[in-house]
Amino acid sequence: MAKNHVTTTINGEPVEFLCETHETMLDVLRNDLGLTGSKEGCGSGDCGACSVMVDGRLACACLMLGAEAEGRSIETIEGMAAGEELHPLQKNFVKEAALQCGICTPGVLVAAKALLERNPDPTETEVRYWLAGNLCRCTGYDKIIRAVMDTAAEMRAN
Amino acid sequence: MKAAAFRYHRADSLAEAGEMLTSLDNARLLSGGQSLMAMMNLRYVIVDHLIDLNPVSELAGISHHDDHFQVGAMTRQRCFLDDDAVAAHSPIFREALGYVGHLQTRNRGTVGGSLAHMDPAAELLGLAALTDADITLSGPNGSRQVAIAEFPQAYMTPDIKVDEILTAVRFNRWPAGHGWDFREFAQRHGDFAVVGVGCLLTLDAAGAIDRAAVVLIGVADGPLRLPAVEAMLLGMLPNADLFRAAGEAARHPEITGDALVTADYRRQLAAVMVRRSLTNAHQRAVQAMNQEHHHV
Repeated sequence: MAKNHVTTTINGEPVEFLCETHETMLDVLRNDLGLTGSKEGCGSGDCGACSVMVDGRLACACLMLGAEAEGRSIETIEGMAAGEELHPLQKNFVKEAALQCGICTPGVLVAAKALLERNPDPTETEVRYWLAGNLCRCTGYDKIIRAVMDTAAEMRAN
Repeated sequence: MKAAAFRYHRADSLAEAGEMLTSLDNARLLSGGQSLMAMMNLRYVIVDHLIDLNPVSELAGISHHDDHFQVGAMTRQRCFLDDDAVAAHSPIFREALGYVGHLQTRNRGTVGGSLAHMDPAAELLGLAALTDADITLSGPNGSRQVAIAEFPQAYMTPDIKVDEILTAVRFNRWPAGHGWDFREFAQRHGDFAVVGVGCLLTLDAAGAIDRAAVVLIGVADGPLRLPAVEAMLLGMLPNADLFRAAGEAARHPEITGDALVTADYRRQLAAVMVRRSLTNAHQRAVQAMNQEHHHV
């Protein structure tokens, strides 16, 4: 079967790739482009481990075809740190130990960053509602919520 | 799991999508993909051709009119939720759409996709039933309208022929000052509701109910309007006893059980939730009336 030629932007860089029609955006990121930060949990949009930004909106990369990325702008966890300098959310996740096994962490970070960009002063309820699409089976969420709230306070202060 | 191989076709217009749908065998339309892609990944659905409607911009958008508003099939659920005009004249939509999936899926999922998928717990179908919506389908011989009451044919089977495309839905507006409420019971936020309830009502100058609509979702093949409950409310002055009786009348025989909950449990939930939902809708209608008097 003919492959699809896709022209897109990933983490600010122009990217062209060839993909099979049935490859999801997540398959393309992980298998073809070597961006393995986004994880596959469920493949059905329930867990959020594959959360990426598509044209500035949070989406599950497992429920989107690679071919659908044509002309879109994709942001992944790999674009979050500025070189060696971690994003404030990443620093606070380390500080608070807001992760255990780490599978959900990239998706949670991408989702939390999207939240703080839209709402720099969220309530705990708003953080929990916003992150409801990201499942974590280890932490019980408290440390995640704390790390996001602390980061929000820190970023507001700076 | 991964989807089985298929051919991908990008449609640039409704006409092009229609031609593809007529000429290709075992083809499915891709809108937001938040149910279809999941079912393809799990291989519940295997297609030979996928026709991508995402580039068809003519199918996205909301238009407002005095007595109704029309929503294009490719309008993202998030755009619908964020629409301030809808929230102003039909506030139940924002309350209900907040229960649709979660952020990630609302950002991609579409209004038309949800209606065509016809999950029994779909909030959008409940809203359509509550407002006596009409659904527009486009086929090789032109377009036709289907009333929401006629739309569900069987479990997850809407009245859409194989060569038809759902293009828009027309929701009817309720008059200013109406009361509304939408609520769900689920084990976790974002899960399909065990029972969902929506209701709309208006009060006359004396405070009696002069119009009511009540719907249950997640309990039967399609959204379940409760005409018997609505009828017993008409002309009545609302009080706790009335709403308790209305809740009891919501134990509808068509409410079904499934692998997780029994029909009786759903009926019990329906009784409690309809009572609470009507009580809150009434309070909101009273508030709206008081505000109106205040302005005059």
